[in-house]
Amino acid sequence: MSGHLLSSIIFLPVLGALVLLFIKDARAIRWVALVTLGVDFALAIPLLKGFDVSTHGMQFVERHAWIPSWNITYYLGVDGISVLFVFLTAFLGVICVLASWKAIEKKVKEFMIALLIMQAAMLGVFSSLDMFLFYLFWEAMLIPMYLIIGVWGGPNRVYSAIKFFLYTLAGSILMLVGMIALYFAAGNTFDMLVLMEHKYTFAFQIWVFMAFFVAFAVKVPMFPFHTWLPDAHVEAPTAGSIILAGVLLKMGTYGFLRFCLTMFPDASRFFATPIIVISIVAIIYGAFLALAQKDLKKLVAYSSISHMGFITMGIFLFNKNGIEGAILQMFNHGITTSALFLCIGIIYERTHTRDIGDYGWAASRVPVYATFLFIFALASLGFPGTNGFIGEILIAFGAYEVYKPYLIVLLMGILGGAAYMLYMYKGMAFGADSHGHDGHGDSHGHKVWDVDFREAIALLALIVFVFWVGFHPEDFLGYMHESVGNLINQATASKFEGLGL
Amino acid sequence: MKEFLWLIPALPLAGSILLAALGRSIPARVSAAIGGGTVGLSALAVLAAGVDFMSAPPPEGFHVQGLWTWVDLGWFRAGAALRLDALSLTMAAVVTFTAFLILVYSAEFMEGDEGYSRFFAYMDLFVAAMLVLVLADDLLFLYLGWEGVGLCSYLLIGFWYREANNGYAARKAFIMTRAGDTAFVIGIILLAASFGTLDITAVMEGAASEWQGGRLAAAAALLVLAGALGKSAQAPLQTWLPDAMAGPTPVSALIHAATMVAAGVYIIARTHVLFALAPWVMDLVAALGAATLLISAFSALVQHDLKRSLAYSTMGQVGFMFLALGVGSWQAAIFHFMTHAFFKALLFLSAGAVIISLGGEHDMRRMGGLRSRLPLAFWTFLAGAASLSALPLVTAGYYSKDLILEGALAGGGTLLWGAGIIGAFVTALYAFRMVFLVFFGEAGADVKRRTGLKAALPLVALSALSLLAGFFGVPSFLEAVLPASQAAPPVGHRWAGILSSLVPLLGAAAACLLYLGKRGIVERLAGSGPGAVLHRFLGSGWGFDWLYERLFVRPYQLAARAGRADIIDAPYAGAVRLAERLNGLLVKTQSGQVRRYAAGMALGALLALGAMVFI
Repeated sequence: MSGHLLSSIIFLPVLGALVLLFIKDARAIRWVALVTLGVDFALAIPLLKGFDVSTHGMQFVERHAWIPSWNITYYLGVDGISVLFVFLTAFLGVICVLASWKAIEKKVKEFMIALLIMQAAMLGVFSSLDMFLFYLFWEAMLIPMYLIIGVWGGPNRVYSAIKFFLYTLAGSILMLVGMIALYFAAGNTFDMLVLMEHKYTFAFQIWVFMAFFVAFAVKVPMFPFHTWLPDAHVEAPTAGSIILAGVLLKMGTYGFLRFCLTMFPDASRFFATPIIVISIVAIIYGAFLALAQKDLKKLVAYSSISHMGFITMGIFLFNKNGIEGAILQMFNHGITTSALFLCIGIIYERTHTRDIGDYGWAASRVPVYATFLFIFALASLGFPGTNGFIGEILIAFGAYEVYKPYLIVLLMGILGGAAYMLYMYKGMAFGADSHGHDGHGDSHGHKVWDVDFREAIALLALIVFVFWVGFHPEDFLGYMHESVGNLINQATASKFEGLGL
Repeated sequence: MKEFLWLIPALPLAGSILLAALGRSIPARVSAAIGGGTVGLSALAVLAAGVDFMSAPPPEGFHVQGLWTWVDLGWFRAGAALRLDALSLTMAAVVTFTAFLILVYSAEFMEGDEGYSRFFAYMDLFVAAMLVLVLADDLLFLYLGWEGVGLCSYLLIGFWYREANNGYAARKAFIMTRAGDTAFVIGIILLAASFGTLDITAVMEGAASEWQGGRLAAAAALLVLAGALGKSAQAPLQTWLPDAMAGPTPVSALIHAATMVAAGVYIIARTHVLFALAPWVMDLVAALGAATLLISAFSALVQHDLKRSLAYSTMGQVGFMFLALGVGSWQAAIFHFMTHAFFKALLFLSAGAVIISLGGEHDMRRMGGLRSRLPLAFWTFLAGAASLSALPLVTAGYYSKDLILEGALAGGGTLLWGAGIIGAFVTALYAFRMVFLVFFGEAGADVKRRTGLKAALPLVALSALSLLAGFFGVPSFLEAVLPASQAAPPVGHRWAGILSSLVPLLGAAAACLLYLGKRGIVERLAGSGPGAVLHRFLGSGWGFDWLYERLFVRPYQLAARAGRADIIDAPYAGAVRLAERLNGLLVKTQSGQVRRYAAGMALGALLALGAMVFI
């Protein structure tokens, strides 16, 4: 099994989905999905344990000829950049099933199948080393996500699902063109490691960079391409939001690291400053809009845009601190924002409202819930001792190295984060407990109860990572030191052979 | 003992976690015992460490205990480490002992509150964070404590969460201090990037050797100062403190008077090497301290709310400490921090005793004549007020304040000294105004409840400290860490010294004239046209809130609200609408009428033929 660990991790959810086809009972379906993803997560642990941190080379490599006539191979492997995301994806998969336990009542079987297929595709994206395989997994993510939003979403779900689909597809098509161009430029190969080594002309780098950039920027989403995200989050069911925020957004930044910086280093450097500038715009713009929102999910969605701005900025700083901070922050954002969406989902199940104005009683009515929410809000605003602090300070170190005034904007973004997170928490928790009926319901008469056992397990699991990264980040940074070092060597090397104009 | 340094912050932390885990399942008595007990044990640990430290002083002047490596980036390493030296020992002792007394008092004060256990959990967490702040050997670790106390301040200001306004006050405090903290973080990053470490000793040595007369030292000092201004509620970041009084009174005593608010003083004293390298930043520290002193003293003079008056007083006293720091009297600043911690905690606690016995009445206009009905509160408040006014010889406040004024004259010049003298006069004036308004004159509201033993003991202990702590030889003890002021006293300093001793007496006498018995002059002044305007201006804290509301809050909210709908979505929505329009147009061509289709085909054929012929 150890020789096929990555394949097992990727395809176990597919197997689970196949089993689900033959089960009718909703309860059994939930359990099968939970066990499948639980085992999948358990498989990701030996992946981390067995990972050799002293090398930047690809590990757990599996390679088989697949379509020889086009030189396509089934080629998997992880390095210090991707291994954490395989782990994160597997972990959030379990959380997603827990979050959907009661929230999904209709078409449970179909939902769980979509979730499992989604899981397989996401794990595949992070482990693919063959560009064709990568693209296959990349597009495979689109359909289950489209269904999750479009079928199990809120009242305006179809609009949001189509918006999501069109945005992402538009990006992906450009990427496909870029990939075909790469395939021919590098001498008929889809091997990503070979593509990284190959030299391209400057003009070629610029064009293909732009094609890839748009695809990834839509996924991140970066500033002018972000408008699908708030709509998608608002309509998506909780598990959908967790996948979106926790993993899907990371695909974009992962793509920057895997493709843009390594294959087109000259073009990446050429565009670095404008990208940093739009990242800064995203940081500030997202923070501003988050503060203005009345819908909880929209607020967190805009906060994601702000946080992803930190990450894209870190990546394009081209130094070790910036990139390590960005990768760690990708992981952190996956934990924290998923947790916030889970919190919103938990309270939404009880009250069926996401309007902040309908709350103001969380501290008195559901104190345990309020405590969890507060801890995740702190993590999101980068409080020292939580995971967000470490990532942000690393990116700040990186920014300081490149251009000192960046720091001021960066920290204004952090201050903005404090403003909107506390705005949210104040709206949720503080206030007179005047609503409700007999002291049990909310303002619309729904029954409200504090977190139950299942929810507490999911929230506690997330909190472990908040403080683990916060107090001992080396356990996570250790994986990436070598690979990031190598990445920076690739990204700062001049690789073009002539301008090619 | 030095191997057990970690116990000092760990004990209250453990208490906090225990209380959070047990929640409401334990009886109130047990909550108080855990909450107060762990802090008491921590105080004993500080005592043991202090005895150990003084009986066998370490050769370098400090002990360091490393706990774990927090961040390791190769070029930069930040460790979680604790440091015991004269400065941190003094701070830790004041923090733990004051906190213990306040917690004992709280056991009675908070009785019957539904958040009893939660209160102790937060307070313990605060003490733990404050101890990390004062004991940290690494600036990043210090920052953990720094933000930790801010967090607890937020939680405790908003402790009574059912009142939405408390939520606003809590958020205001957090965001204003965090504005300062943001600058502080930039300073930390600057130091880390310059020296590759945040170990305080190494950073200070590096700065002293590499940054001589450089602009980087000034930049770093300015950034640290910004953090200190926010946390210590000094101008221009002072406006959150009066609103912070929304929290329970023991919280005001511990966090917003005795300890956290003085953290800014501590951080400047801790990084005094940086400030010494940038003389003009030190002048700025002194000027801001003096300005805050005057602003707040006059505001305290016109407050009706007892706690708000004390809050303005706290700002002013911390202003005194900043004045001392700015003129290089580091020891005097820390000395005044200590005496202030005692007498201001005392004032808040006895004010709390008054407030609770009147059933939650804060307004001094409805108090009066409580001297005979609340004798304990009266005498203890009087002791605190005397120490706050710095009545000569018999109070602790006198010794520390005198030291500051002496330093101001020697190191800062007549202007700063004059500001200090005026400040001291007004301080005595408002201190005794409070005494006369609350305890003398006609009887106001009825006494509903008397102070019990658990509240009485801390009051008595703090009274003793407020009167006697001036005799502790703190300044000379601190010499190992903080250099003594070098400036030579100017000619005539003896007369200046006598004047500064007399000023508090003059202030108290003036208060006697104005507020004892008939208050005709004051009422006529406040009643006249310009007097009323001035009264309103001073009462609102010199209009800073009004200004900030218009300068920052409203524009921010307006801009945010204007952007709510996300303008960037408009072009995308426009593209969709365009596609729909085009679709609508093209749909019209599918009319189902054969004649039209035939005509279209003929036209198309004609065009195609034409194109073939002519092109």
